[in-house]
Amino acid sequence: MIETRQLTKRYGDLTAVDNISFKVETGQVLGFLGPNGAGKSTTMKMIAGFLAPSSGSASVCGFDVGAQALEAKRVVGYLPEGAPSYGEMTPRQFLGFIADMRGLTGARRTQRIDDVIERLHLNGVLEQPIETLSKGFKRRVGLAQAIVHDPAVLILDEPTDGLDPNQKHEVRSLINAMAKDKTIVVSTHILEEVHAVCTRAIIIAQGKVLADATPAELEARSRYHQAVSLTTPNVAAAKEAMSRVADVAAVEIDPQDHRLTAFPKPGKQIFGAISDLLKAQGIPVSELQLESGRMDEVFRTITQGESAEVRV
Amino acid sequence: MSRSIVTVFKRELASYFATPVAYVFIVIFLLLAGAFTFYLGNFFERGQADLQPFFNFHPWLYLFLVPAVGMRLWSEERKSGTIELLLTLPVTMWQAVVGKFLAAWAFIGVALILTFPVWITVNYLGSPDNGVIFASYLGSFLMAGAFLAIGSCISACTRNQVIAFILTVVVCFLFLLAGFPLVLNFFSAWAPQGLVDAIAGLSFLTHYASIDKGVIDLRDLIYFLLIIAFWLYASAVVIDLKKAD
Repeated sequence: MIETRQLTKRYGDLTAVDNISFKVETGQVLGFLGPNGAGKSTTMKMIAGFLAPSSGSASVCGFDVGAQALEAKRVVGYLPEGAPSYGEMTPRQFLGFIADMRGLTGARRTQRIDDVIERLHLNGVLEQPIETLSKGFKRRVGLAQAIVHDPAVLILDEPTDGLDPNQKHEVRSLINAMAKDKTIVVSTHILEEVHAVCTRAIIIAQGKVLADATPAELEARSRYHQAVSLTTPNVAAAKEAMSRVADVAAVEIDPQDHRLTAFPKPGKQIFGAISDLLKAQGIPVSELQLESGRMDEVFRTITQGESAEVRV
Repeated sequence: MSRSIVTVFKRELASYFATPVAYVFIVIFLLLAGAFTFYLGNFFERGQADLQPFFNFHPWLYLFLVPAVGMRLWSEERKSGTIELLLTLPVTMWQAVVGKFLAAWAFIGVALILTFPVWITVNYLGSPDNGVIFASYLGSFLMAGAFLAIGSCISACTRNQVIAFILTVVVCFLFLLAGFPLVLNFFSAWAPQGLVDAIAGLSFLTHYASIDKGVIDLRDLIYFLLIIAFWLYASAVVIDLKKAD
């Protein structure tokens, strides 16, 4: 469990993290979204116990990260931004060092190290200095050290940055597999990741929480939520027909691929009506799709809407 | 708690030997120590069975070589971001500072021990007072620790190792010569006599010289240990202040 109460970090006049309060329960995977410099990493650094808050507090599993720093650090696994590690060490030495620091001994130490090597597919590179490894392997070594002590709370700052699509998929599966009995916070730029791993998403910009909802709820805020898109050879006739449907608010044509999108009036369903109408009029449709909403559009609206306000 | 210090210590010490740095350092240290002793120190011409010419040059040798060891202590951690990793492990700040310092100190100790052929030589050629030699080794090692603690603190101030090196040399130089006119004249013009005396009392050379003669005065030992403790404490404070940037 993670809880922050009015967590704030100021650097001189700049407020990097502004009064952030949230609570994450065991079993939840919280996605931390926001533009660069939004305060994601700073928030995570404070929860991990690296930076002290200017005001407010954070606790993990009931331990205050300031007053009970050691107890808090013991239950947290942390992947810092950029997955730093000691370059001259091999993954085996490095994981051994982390395991020692985490107080693992004997059979349990061996078993845990073998387990993370297995999970992150590090077998092939165990004896190479980390500085000679590819970015993807470095990131996986960083993830391995974060979970070597099987922590109750996991804080991962951009865990899939620099990985190829297959590796991203593996890391997401790994997070999903661990999610059940852990509290996990993941920061990311990649919006599809929110869908793939998170049960809840917080969007922050300029240090403030702008949205806190499930991925589905966020998507429902999109203009594209419940919109109908289609491709047809007969664009003009289809547009004409769709505009006449009572609950359609607007129809747009994508200038690039000439895909038509019909937006419903608030709270209305238009898929059935459009589908029936096109059939009745005999307009050929090669693809017809009900949109669930576009996360990138929601993200832009939320984060840029805020910055526009601030500028005024 | 001491387990954490030992773990940090072992990792740090191994890191010196994982790269050529350690071997380059040890070879240069031994070569320079030998050159100073035999050429500048007139080891043979003096015709005395002692190691004065050897130990006399240690402060000057350390002035450049110890900052080279100390410069990477924290600036490298900051530059590579591993400081964030280290300090979010269940370890207190002072355990991390002390563990890393002890590793670097032990490394210099290894280099110092490897000068043993000089000791064998002098025992072969004559019958020196080995008690004095032991005291000199102890004094030399303590002084190296003091230099290194200064290096630890300055290395915590910057992520640039070159800057850390140069600043450490300068500060070490001031401490080395604190009892000499070069430094004292700067203060004596305006500062009260008490302060000037206090600064003179901080001189590494003065304290080293007495141990070097074989007189192990508790005050000199405490002096060096206090210097080390002070600079390590300052290291921890600096790391805490500067870890955000």
